[in-house]
Amino acid sequence: MQSLVVIAVFAPLLGAAIAGLSGRRIGDVPSQAVTTGLLFLSCALAWSNFCSQVWGHAEPFTVVLAPFIDVGQFQSDWAVRIDTLSTVMLVVVTTVSSLVHLYSWGYMAEDDCKPRFFAYLSLFTFAMLMLVTANDFMQLFFGWEGVGLASYLLIGFWFKKPSASAAAIKAFVVNRVGDFGFALGIMTVFWMFHTIRFPELFPLIAAKAGSSWQFAGQSWSALDLAAALLFVGAMGKSAQFFLHTWLPDAMEGPTPVSALIHAATMVTAGVYMVCLLSPLFEYAPTAKSIVMVIGAITALFAATVGLAQNDIKRVIAYSTCSQLGYMFFAAGVGAYQGAMFHLFTHAFFKALLFLSAGSVIIGMHHEQDMRKMGGLWKLMPITWIVMLIGTIAITGLGIPHLDLGFAGFYSKDAIIDSAYVASKTNPLASFAFVVGVLAAGLTSFYSWRLIFMTFHGHAKWGGHGEGHAHDHGHHADAHASDDAHAEPLPDDEHHAHDHKPHESPWIVIVPLLALAVGAIFAGWFFDEKFVGADRAEFWRAAIFTLPSNHVLDQIKSVPEWVVWAPLIVTIIGFVAAWYVYIAKEGLGARIAARKGPLWSFLYNKWYFDELYDATFVRGAKALGDLFWKGGDQKIIDRFGPDGVAAMSEAVGRAAGKVQSGYVYHYAFIMLLGVAGLLSLALFAWG
Amino acid sequence: MTGILSLTTFFPLIGVAAILALRLLGGKADQAKLENAAKWIALATTLATLALSILLVAQFDPLNPGFQFSEDIPWFAGAGYRMGVDGISVLFVLLTAFLLPLCIIASWTSIQKRVLEYLIAFLILEALVIGVFCATDLVLFYIFFEGGLLPMFLIIGIWGGQRRVYAAFKFFLYTLLGSVLMLAAILVMASVAHTTSIPELMAYHFAPGLQIWLWLAFFASFAVKMPMWPVHTWLPDAHVEAPTAGSVILAGILLKLGGYGFLRFSLPMFPSASHYFTPLVFTLSVIAVIYTSLVAFRQVDIKKLIAYSSVAHMGFVTMGIFAGNAVGVQGAIYQMLSHGVISGALFLCVGVVYDRMHTREIAFYGGLVNRMPWYAAVFMLFTMGNVGLPGTSGFVGEILSMTGTYGTSTWTALFAATGVILSAVYALTLYRRVVFGEITNPKLAGITDLEKREVLIFAPLIVGTLVLGIQPGLILNITQASVDHLVTAYRAAIGG
Repeated sequence: MQSLVVIAVFAPLLGAAIAGLSGRRIGDVPSQAVTTGLLFLSCALAWSNFCSQVWGHAEPFTVVLAPFIDVGQFQSDWAVRIDTLSTVMLVVVTTVSSLVHLYSWGYMAEDDCKPRFFAYLSLFTFAMLMLVTANDFMQLFFGWEGVGLASYLLIGFWFKKPSASAAAIKAFVVNRVGDFGFALGIMTVFWMFHTIRFPELFPLIAAKAGSSWQFAGQSWSALDLAAALLFVGAMGKSAQFFLHTWLPDAMEGPTPVSALIHAATMVTAGVYMVCLLSPLFEYAPTAKSIVMVIGAITALFAATVGLAQNDIKRVIAYSTCSQLGYMFFAAGVGAYQGAMFHLFTHAFFKALLFLSAGSVIIGMHHEQDMRKMGGLWKLMPITWIVMLIGTIAITGLGIPHLDLGFAGFYSKDAIIDSAYVASKTNPLASFAFVVGVLAAGLTSFYSWRLIFMTFHGHAKWGGHGEGHAHDHGHHADAHASDDAHAEPLPDDEHHAHDHKPHESPWIVIVPLLALAVGAIFAGWFFDEKFVGADRAEFWRAAIFTLPSNHVLDQIKSVPEWVVWAPLIVTIIGFVAAWYVYIAKEGLGARIAARKGPLWSFLYNKWYFDELYDATFVRGAKALGDLFWKGGDQKIIDRFGPDGVAAMSEAVGRAAGKVQSGYVYHYAFIMLLGVAGLLSLALFAWG
Repeated sequence: MTGILSLTTFFPLIGVAAILALRLLGGKADQAKLENAAKWIALATTLATLALSILLVAQFDPLNPGFQFSEDIPWFAGAGYRMGVDGISVLFVLLTAFLLPLCIIASWTSIQKRVLEYLIAFLILEALVIGVFCATDLVLFYIFFEGGLLPMFLIIGIWGGQRRVYAAFKFFLYTLLGSVLMLAAILVMASVAHTTSIPELMAYHFAPGLQIWLWLAFFASFAVKMPMWPVHTWLPDAHVEAPTAGSVILAGILLKLGGYGFLRFSLPMFPSASHYFTPLVFTLSVIAVIYTSLVAFRQVDIKKLIAYSSVAHMGFVTMGIFAGNAVGVQGAIYQMLSHGVISGALFLCVGVVYDRMHTREIAFYGGLVNRMPWYAAVFMLFTMGNVGLPGTSGFVGEILSMTGTYGTSTWTALFAATGVILSAVYALTLYRRVVFGEITNPKLAGITDLEKREVLIFAPLIVGTLVLGIQPGLILNITQASVDHLVTAYRAAIGG
C-alpha cells in the first residue's frame, strides 16, 4: 500500500510533465489521455488506500522519500504521511480532479492550448496532494504555494484577457498576504518548539499551554499567537473575510478550474490545515475564537453578497466563500470532524454546481449572465436535474429525526448543532450559531434564485437585446456585463448560427452524474463515520480534541427548535426566492433597477475592492513613487554621487571629446588610487 | 591537491594570454575570424575553469570547518600569498566559474565592438573574483577585491549603454569611498595584530573599542557592495547601462562580495562590534526590503526593476548574516548563491528581448507569450524563483534567513516577511505587462522565440534553480561545518 500511495501522489506530476513539456509534440489527445489516465490511476489508488484505512483498519504510516531543508533543528523531509485526514483529502482531491479532467475534454474542446491546460490541472493536483500528505511545515508550505502557483496559472489561463491576468495576480498577491502570516507562524512554531515536523511537534504542545511569548515587542499567549498567525495563512487560501477578494475574481479562469481549485479542493486547504493542527488549536482558545468569528462573519457576508450577483459563476463563488466560513466556525467551536465532513460533502455538491454551471455556459454559448437565461430546464434536462440535486444538497434540505437528506443536510446541521452546543460554554459561539442559521436561509435564497433565474421563468435568450435593459452605464466595474462574453465557445456545433441553448455532450454529462451520486449519498453514507458514533474509530489520532471538548458528543441532544431551525429558514429562503423570481417574475429585476442602498452595498460586495484599491494599491504606488523619485533621486543621489558627478561632467564637457575615452582615465585614476593606497599600507607598517 | 586554488584562480589568465597571442600573431587575419577564435578560446578557458572548480568542490571535505587546499608562500613585508577555501567560500568559486561560460555565450552575438578586449576583461574579472574567494591573506584579499572592480568598471564604461560614463562613475565613486576606509582598517589591523593571515586574525581578539571602528570601516565597503540602503543607488544605473553579461556578473557575483566580506571579516573578527551594530544592520535591511520593493514596483525599465529587486533580496542576506545563528547564516549564504543563479537568469531574460528589440522599456512589450511560448515559460520559472516560490532555490534562502532573523529579532522578521508580498507584487506585475495580453505593438509582430544558443544558456540555470529548490542539502551540507564553526565562535564571543 505504501508505495501505491506514493504513486498516487506523483502520478499527476508525471502527467503534468509529459503534457507540459511535450504536449506540442505528442498532440492534444495524447496529452489529455495521459493526464486524465494518470489522474484516474491516482484516484483508484487513493480510494483503495481509503478502503484499507477505513474498513481495513490499516495503520497510519509515513513514507520518507528524501530530505528537504535540513539545518540544525530546522529539519524537513519530502514525505507522504497517511492518516485519516490525509486519506480523506486524497480521495476528495483525486476524485474531483479526475472527473474535472474528464469534463475538460468536452469543456475545453475548442481551446487551442489543451496540453497546457491539462498540464496545469495535473500540476495543481500534485501540489495539492503534496500539501495534504506533508509531514512537516516545509512540505506543507511547498504544497500550499504550489497550489497557489497552479491557481495563478489557471486563473490567467486565457492570458489575452487583461481581466484574467489581473485576477491571477490578485489571487497570488492576496494569498501571499496570507502566507506572510503563515510564514511568521511557522517561524514562531520553530523557535517555540525547535522542530517543524508534525509528529515531533504535536506531543510538545501541551507543555507550552499558558506560557507567554515575546513577539514584536509584546508578550503574547504563546500558543494563541502561533495558531493565529498560521490561521492568517488559512484565511488567504480559503478566502475568508478580509482576504476573500481574490476568489470571485478567480472566476476568470475556465469553469473546470473553478470547480476543482476554487470550490472543491484548494480553497479548503485552510480548513484542512486548521484540522491538521487541531493539537495546537485545542490549546489555543483565543485563536480558536478568532477562527470561529472570522468563519461566521465570512459565512454571513458572502451569503449576503451572493444574493445580488448576476453572474452565475460569481453566485457560486460567493456561495463557496460562505460554505468555507461554515467549515471554519465548525473548527473554531471545536468540531473539527464536522468541518472535515462539510469539506467532504461540499466538494461533491459544489464541484457539481460549478460543472453544471459550466454545462449551462456551454449550452448558452458562453453566456454567464443569469438575467439572460431562464426557461432552460426543457432544453437542458440533465443539467437541470443534476443542478437541482446540487442545490438541494447545498441548502441542506433534509428531514430531521428521520435523518434523511442530501449530503449538505448532514454536514451543515452537524455544524449548526455544534455551534449551539458550544454556545452553552462559550458565549461567542452563540454568534456563530445565529449566523449559521441565518446564512442557511440566505444560502437557500441565492441557490434557488440561481435555479429559478437560469432554468425557470421566461426564456430571455431568444434574440438579442432583450436582456440588456438592466445594467447599462453605471459604475466602472459592471463585471457581470464584462464577463458575459468571457469564455470561449467550447462547443462549436451551433457556432454563430443557432443561438438556441442545447444540452451538453456526454463527456460533460458523465462527470456531472458521478458527482450527483456523491452529492446525494456522501452525507448519508459517511455521517456516522465523520461525526457520529463511529468517529473515534474513523479519525483515530488524526484529529485531536481535548477531553473537555464534548461538542460532537452532544449534537444529537440539542433542543427541538435547534433541530428544526435550519429546515425552517431553508424553506423560507426557498419560498422567498420562488416569490421574487417565479410568482412575481420581474420583481427581482425591478429591485435591482432601483439600485437602493442595500442592494448597491451587496451588489458591490460591501465595497471591499474599492476600499483595498484606495488604500493598499494606491498606497503602494504612491510610496513607491515617493521612495524612488523623492528618496533615491532627490535626496540620496543629489547629496551623494551626483554632486561630485556634476562637477566631473562639467570637466568632461570642457574637454569636449569622445566620452568613452574618459573611461580609461577613470580606470587609470582608480588603478592609481588602489595601487597608491596599497603601497602606503604596505610600507606604513612594514 | 595543493595548488588547485592558484590553478583555478589564474587559469583564466591563460585564456587572456592566448587571446593576446592571437591578436599579435593574427594581425593580418580577418577581424571576424579573429573574434570568433577569441570567443572560442574564452569559452574553452571558462569551461576549463568550471571543470577545475567542480573538481575543487568534489575534493572538498564538508566535515572540515577550516580552510582547505591551503597555500602559503611568504611574500614581502609580512604579507603572504595565502590561499584557502572553507565551506563558506568554496561554493562562491563554483558560482563564479558556473556563470562565466554563460556570460561568454550570452555575449556571443550581442557584443560587436572591441570583442577581444571585452573577452579579456571578463577573463581577468573571473580570475580576480575567484581570487577574492580563495584569498586568506588580508592584502591579497584587498588586491583581488579592488582589482575586480576595474574590469567591471571598464565593462560598464566601454560596452555599456548611453549613460555608461555616468553609471561607471557612480559605481566608481561609491566603491572607492568604501575601499579607502577598508584599506585604512586593514592597515590598523595589520599593525595591531602583526599578521595579515585571515585565519590568524580570526583567532585574534581585537579590543572592543577598536572593533567598533574597524567594523565601521569594513561595513562602509561591504554595504556599498551588497548594496544596502541608502548606498544602493549606483546599482540600478550600473545595471541599466551594463551589457547583459555585465549585469549577470554584477548581480550574480559582485554583489556577493559584500555578504562574503561580512561573513569572512565582520562576524568572526569583530564579533562584539557586529553584535553592537546588529540593530543598525537589521534596520537597514528591513528598509532595503520594503523600500526598494516598492520602488521596484514603480519602475518602467525592466532591468531597473530587477536591479531594485536585487537590493531587496540582499536585504534578506544581511539580516540573515547578522542574525548570528546557524539557520540565518546558512540561509544568507543560500540566498546569495540562489540569487546568483536567479538574478543572473533574469538579466539574461531581459537580454533576450533587448537583443531583439533594443529597448528595455516595459511599456514597449506585452503579449510576448503569443510569439515566444518557451521564453514565457523560462521567464515564468525565474520570476517564481525571484518571488521565492517553494520548489525553487529562492525559497530556501528566504525562509531560512527570515527564520534565523526571527530568532534574534521578531520585529525584523515581521517587517521582512512583508517582502514575500511585495516581491509577488512587482515581479508578477512585470511579468504580466511584458508577457501576457495581446501583442499590440506592431514592432513585436515578428519577434522570435528562444534560439538554440539561448536555450543552452538557460538550461543549466533552470536545472540549478530547481535542483537547489528541491535538494538544498547539496549546498547546506557543504556550508554547514564552517557555518557552525563561525556561529559557535561568534556566539561565544558575544556571550550568548
